[in-house]
Amino acid sequence: MSPFVRKKVIDRAVTVACVLATLVALVPLVSVLAYVTAQGAAGLSATFFTGLPKPVGEPGGGMANAIVGSLVVVGIACAIGIPLGVAAGVYVSELGGGRFAKLVRFAADVLGGVPSIVVGIFVYALVVVRTKHFSAWAGGLALAVIMLPTIVRTTEELLRLVPASLREAALALGVPRWKTTIFVVLRTAAPGIATGVMLAVARVAGETAPLLFTAFNNRFWAESLGDPTATLPVQIFTYSVSPYDDWQRQAWAGALTLVVLVLVLNLVAKIVIQRRVRSR
Amino acid sequence: MTSVPPSAPEPRPEKMRVESLRAYFGDALALKGISMSVPERCVTAIIGPSGCGKSTFIRCLNRMHEVTPGARAEGAVFLDGKNILGDDVDPVDVRRRVGMVFQKPNPFPTMSIRENVLAGLTLNGIRPPDPARLVEESLRQAALWDEVKDSLDRTGTSLSGGQQQRLCIARCLALEPEVILMDEPCSALDPIATARIEELIHELRERFAILIVTHSMQQAARVSDFTAFFYMGELVEHGTADVIFTKPTSSRTEDYITGRFG
Ligand SMILES: Nc1ncnc2c1ncn2[C@@H]1O[C@H](COP(=O)(O)OP(=O)(O)OP(=O)(O)O)[C@@H](O)[C@H]1O
Ligand SMILES: [Mg+2]
Repeated sequence: MSPFVRKKVIDRAVTVACVLATLVALVPLVSVLAYVTAQGAAGLSATFFTGLPKPVGEPGGGMANAIVGSLVVVGIACAIGIPLGVAAGVYVSELGGGRFAKLVRFAADVLGGVPSIVVGIFVYALVVVRTKHFSAWAGGLALAVIMLPTIVRTTEELLRLVPASLREAALALGVPRWKTTIFVVLRTAAPGIATGVMLAVARVAGETAPLLFTAFNNRFWAESLGDPTATLPVQIFTYSVSPYDDWQRQAWAGALTLVVLVLVLNLVAKIVIQRRVRSR
Repeated sequence: MTSVPPSAPEPRPEKMRVESLRAYFGDALALKGISMSVPERCVTAIIGPSGCGKSTFIRCLNRMHEVTPGARAEGAVFLDGKNILGDDVDPVDVRRRVGMVFQKPNPFPTMSIRENVLAGLTLNGIRPPDPARLVEESLRQAALWDEVKDSLDRTGTSLSGGQQQRLCIARCLALEPEVILMDEPCSALDPIATARIEELIHELRERFAILIVTHSMQQAARVSDFTAFFYMGELVEHGTADVIFTKPTSSRTEDYITGRFG
């Protein structure tokens, strides 16, 4: 075999290997999606989206309160976690070169490795025990704590990718440091940070364990953010371990809804970001 | 273009004066006591081998030196008679009066051409009374207007390297600085773009004090009225360009400009 032919053969082999590996990696993703869709579609109906859960034994009913509850709890988590996480990321990357920044980074890494159920127990002890109430607030707080480390580290890493020459360009124009950080550095890194944030949001939207002790569950509409609140993951969990066929069907439908919800959130965020970037 | 520009015919008033300027990176001394004066409406070229402190020197003149962590400067730099290294001076004000063009063009990638030109104002919350005119004037002065007037909404980074550099010059001019510092502004450009920037420097010279760092002897000879030769953090020789390039007093200068070292 001439060296040239050999090179070509190796090139082919590597390409084929990569394609195969990609296909194998896609198998779980596709099969999960397909299975959830197949199982969940049967349970979908108008009442599934509009109705409240029925008591044990009565068929029908829906997950309207859990769908809204999930949106509310994740919304609270975003409202707390995103600003805090981005601000901490900016601090670590732009302002703090010293010990404290190292400490923050270390804390973020440790927190990222803490199992989510532990965060749930922590918020339970801190909030639920004190207020004597399971609540959407407590659930949102737990999810915020879980998404915090991802957001801090993503923000930090993406800000580091912004070339120093841009910071210098702004500073040399007589722009104060804080304005440079926000309007030049953060703005340049914004699309990447937004993608990282969306991944963090998508991840916590499916968290179940920490919500068991914080938002808990509710068969009815929660009257306020201070009340126990049904969420999709907890409802799916409750229904899927029950012995009733109807509930199990609804659990699958709930799973499908959750997947679609996360997908739609992601897509919307992507489109919005793309638009904003392209309009410049 | 090839002839040496006439040295300043009448003595120009002094715009900046540097006195025993010492610049540090941590404990390392990069400038070992520089004293020189920068006249109004003249081009002063800084030449010298790599690492001799040219960039450090001009970065001290708009207080960009201290942006580097651990870097500091001692001595005095007077701008219109006021020491801008003083503790009572806000570096932000200095940088608005003393503009800077970097070696590598650095337009803001998130901004359009128009926004890039106005960036120095808008980022500071200043709304120019007539932004469209300011954009046109600045781009005209930077000799870029004709090339971009129909595509002001394109991003600044979609331009060629030479165009980007002129955009950065326009951005600098829009702030109406009094002094312009240029750190090897042509090192990433082809001969045609370089010629345009040199023409530009020639025009800007009518109104500003300009300091330009360059590695090209020809360029220094073409554009500058005064030339300063730096070596190992020291100012070896400073005088009118034709004297430096025809009969330098120091043998080091002579060796450098004739290409015997550096
Ligand atoms: N960020 C930095 N940290 C530490 N030392 C530095 C830093 N920047 C420059 N120096 C040192 O300061 C000295 C002067 O550097 P400077 O960048 O001013 O040289 P220069 O004359 O501009 O060189 P060049 O022609 O290669 O651009 C050099 O010895 C360099 O090693
Ligand atoms: Mg340099």
